Amino acid sequence: MEDDAPVIYGLEFQIHIIDFDDENNIINKNVLLHQAGEIWHISASPADRGVLATCYNRTSDSKVLTCAAVWRMPKELESGTHESPDDSSSAAQTLELLCHLDNTAHSNMACVVWEPMGDGKKIISLADNHILLWDLQESSSQAVLASSASLEGKGQLKFTSGRWSPHHNCTQVATANDTTLRGWDTRSMSQIYCIENAHGQLVRDLDFNPNKQYYLASCGDDCKVKFWDTRNVTEPVKTLEEHSHWVWNVRYNHSHDQLVLTGSSDSRVILSNMVSISSEPFGHLVDDDDISDQEDHRSEEKSKEPLQDNVIATYEEHEDSVYAVDWSSADPWLFASLSYDGRLVINRVPRALKYHILL
Amino acid sequence: MAAAAAAGPSPGSGPGDSPEGPEGEAPERRRKAHGMLKLYYGLSEGEAAGRPAGPDPLDPTDLNGAHFDPEVYLDKLRRECPLAQLMDSETDMVRQIRALDSDMQTLVYENYNKFISATDTIRKMKNDFRKMEDEMDRLATNMAVITDFSARISATLQDRHERITKLAGVHALLRKLQFLFELPSRLTKCVELGAYGQAVRYQGRAQAVLQQYQHLPSFRAIQDDCQVITARLAQQLRQRFREGGSGAPEQAECVELLLALGEPAEELCEEFLAHARGRLEEELRSLEAELGPSPPAPDVLEFTDHGGSGFVGGLCQVAAAYQELFAAQGPAGAERLAAFARELGSRYFALVERRLAQERAAFLGCLTDVRQALAAPRVAGKEGPGLAELLANVASSILSHIKASLAAVHLFTAKEVSFSNKPYFRGEFCSQGVREGLIVGFIRSMCHTAQSFCDSPGEKGGATPPALLLLLSRLCLDYETATISYILTLTDEQFLVQDQFPVTPVSTLCAEARETARRLLTHYVKVQGLVISQMLRKSVETRDWLSTLEPRNVRAVMKRVVEDTTAIDVQVGLLYEEGVRKAQSSDSSKRTFSVYSSSRQQGRYAPSYTPSAPMDTNLLSNIQKLFSERIDVFSPVEFNKVSVLTGIIKISLKTLLECVRLRTFGRFGLQQVQVDCHFLQLYLWRFVADEELVHLLLDEVVASAALRCPDPVPMEPSVVEVICERG
Repeated sequence: MEDDAPVIYGLEFQIHIIDFDDENNIINKNVLLHQAGEIWHISASPADRGVLATCYNRTSDSKVLTCAAVWRMPKELESGTHESPDDSSSAAQTLELLCHLDNTAHSNMACVVWEPMGDGKKIISLADNHILLWDLQESSSQAVLASSASLEGKGQLKFTSGRWSPHHNCTQVATANDTTLRGWDTRSMSQIYCIENAHGQLVRDLDFNPNKQYYLASCGDDCKVKFWDTRNVTEPVKTLEEHSHWVWNVRYNHSHDQLVLTGSSDSRVILSNMVSISSEPFGHLVDDDDISDQEDHRSEEKSKEPLQDNVIATYEEHEDSVYAVDWSSADPWLFASLSYDGRLVINRVPRALKYHILL
Repeated sequence: MAAAAAAGPSPGSGPGDSPEGPEGEAPERRRKAHGMLKLYYGLSEGEAAGRPAGPDPLDPTDLNGAHFDPEVYLDKLRRECPLAQLMDSETDMVRQIRALDSDMQTLVYENYNKFISATDTIRKMKNDFRKMEDEMDRLATNMAVITDFSARISATLQDRHERITKLAGVHALLRKLQFLFELPSRLTKCVELGAYGQAVRYQGRAQAVLQQYQHLPSFRAIQDDCQVITARLAQQLRQRFREGGSGAPEQAECVELLLALGEPAEELCEEFLAHARGRLEEELRSLEAELGPSPPAPDVLEFTDHGGSGFVGGLCQVAAAYQELFAAQGPAGAERLAAFARELGSRYFALVERRLAQERAAFLGCLTDVRQALAAPRVAGKEGPGLAELLANVASSILSHIKASLAAVHLFTAKEVSFSNKPYFRGEFCSQGVREGLIVGFIRSMCHTAQSFCDSPGEKGGATPPALLLLLSRLCLDYETATISYILTLTDEQFLVQDQFPVTPVSTLCAEARETARRLLTHYVKVQGLVISQMLRKSVETRDWLSTLEPRNVRAVMKRVVEDTTAIDVQVGLLYEEGVRKAQSSDSSKRTFSVYSSSRQQGRYAPSYTPSAPMDTNLLSNIQKLFSERIDVFSPVEFNKVSVLTGIIKISLKTLLECVRLRTFGRFGLQQVQVDCHFLQLYLWRFVADEELVHLLLDEVVASAALRCPDPVPMEPSVVEVICERG
């Protein structure tokens, strides 16, 4: 699967697995039925590529309930070698339910996040004003609530989004509720930092810098993307104001953290180059894994001047609001965005920039 | 003479002349006599020529002429005249001759008399002179006697004179000695009376003498006494000097006296400066007190005036006195003074700068006033503060403020001020100081202050009242169109900027002001849009759309939205022009209503969940979007009412759309959305530039709601209309 970039996205009652063959520019689609209800959030296990967790709406008795569950894909899809007949009308397969994240006590799961570096045994879900840490046992067939914490305060507090930090031995989780960002320690389930009024309006999403342990990005309804240093939360390190409507998603590139992807309901996807606050402020110093050794010496010759932050590209292929963007986990130069009208667009980082970063 | 007598009368003195009498005849006769004398002396020609009335002088028949020829005359008479006439002329002639004879006789007598008297006089003079000579001789002998006497007297007095001179010298010496002996008592008296100047003068006079004769015991004693008294005097002077209560001139006098007493200049100099410092610091303190934390600060002119007369005047006085007193100190002293002046001066300037900094805040003061004005009517419960009036007030108050500042600064370049002719004040001061520093700086800072309202962190709305944003935006726009160029022209006129420093052109400032106005207006749109958005969002998020009842009414929040939009419309209308809108038929609401109820119905309201079905809906919506322009929600606004309102409505409706997409709707929930959207459509289209936009967005809302509805059964359009009209 070196060249394939599996992208998973959810639409109503289906999960589509898209295989993108980079060499041949061929897209393969596999459809899995998700019979429990419409999916609002989806996340794949970092340890087991066949396992994923979803948050879904269940409508019953004129009530909408958002639940969360862990699922397993059919084996042949998981292997990645499966060649589907390339026919969208082929019989859809069904996900195998592993376990429910039991929500009798807590309704309305907003999102589910896996421990990023772990063995796929720990998962956190956000339900209303509770943050729940689950332990998956017996090969994920049973979820046990390990610990939980809840947000107390005036009014009806509700988490909108959360991310698990890959740093500090995976002991930190950041959440967003209304205009506030909070950091949590998963060992004691206590709050470690709090950024009040991080955005003027609702915070929609956040993401950790994969290479700099204290940096995190957030976005929200004030059309801004802000970058924070969690050690000093009074002021954002940097603010981007490129979008003209709510920003729904912000994602750091997994290996080159200067590349930041944002999706907004102004139906644009913007790829920004935040060199000045990245882990490589003077360009690329240490070569990445996927560069061959002959290119090593060339990187040293590059002038080491600080580069300017700028917008690399604005993608306007979408006709409606973009609700999700993400990077490929296999190819750092590939990303996909999904909009309301169901259009999935896969894009590459511009070649010139790619070489600029690498060389 | 016989010939003449025979000749008869001349034509001029013919017989007709006789009745003229003796007066007329006398000059005639005298002339004749003169003529003869002249003839005798050979002057006849010149004199005869001078006589105008005579006949030809060469005429030999002219009795009085020089060339008279008796023969010719007689011949002529004999030939020409009858006898009677001859007789007449003969008698006439005779008579004339007689007259001439008597004349001659008289003349001779007269002259003889005169001669006799002259001879007498000369004889008398001879006599007198002889007498005078005798007198002179006597005088000479007398003088000789006098000289002799005088010499003798001088010789006698010589001896006495020398003695008198000597005595006078002794007298002067004695007086000096007396002065010396009295000196101690005099000094004491002077000190007692406080006539220090006199005392110091006495001391100065006696000092040298006493010094010279100190080997004499008596003088020694006097000197000692004097020294004691002088020491006391110095003491007292110092005392007075230290008390410091007296003014600078008196102190200077004290120092001068002390210097004369030979006190160490170094020390005095230190003390003098210390005292001056004390006084000046007091001035500074009073100035600082005027500045104060509480701002009943006096007028800036008053302040500088006060500082100028109090502190600067004092400092000048001190410096002048110092230079006069301690001129002997040389460069070291001057150095000390310079350091002193520099330190105090810098403190003074710091104070002045602080005061001026307060002045800069004038614009902020205006803003505070406006804010209060904006807040006040609401408290009083009145509707719609007079924004236009407020704008006019602010604009005029700022303008008058600028003019006042200009007038104040203009004083610096006034002709009668001595330094106004320096090149700095003529060139750099005008262009850099006034034009750039004051006016351009003010406009910039105004723009900056205004812009800072856009960046305020309180984006949730509370910080800045939207009306203020609107007002400032209009203000900046007015500046861009007229006021900036007016102010700069005014400045350029008042300060004839005549050097070649680069100055900020009007266009740059205008662009800045326009940018500020644009940002403010955009921010206004955002803030107002946000207010309405929040309302819509809360209304969508807090409602349970699944279990809602069949709609009977338009929801209250929608009415509220329309009300608020109307209010905003009125508010913006106070300050901005209408702007252009696309011409469309007035009943277009119905038309668009049919768009989403008919064309989309099949595609969107009946989605099936087979894998192939979404393709159709996507296709449909995409095709539709191909033909409609992309809606840029937070697009920049233009300076007119319609554009502002369009911006606000776009933001609000987009929010509604996004919120609807996050919810799940029951059948009646969808119908309620349908009713609400129709209602909005009925009322909002009139505010926007392109009503198609509102239709498109509302269309999208209903379509999204339908998509989010598991049981999408739309309401009949006619029913929707009825509900809306009723509500």
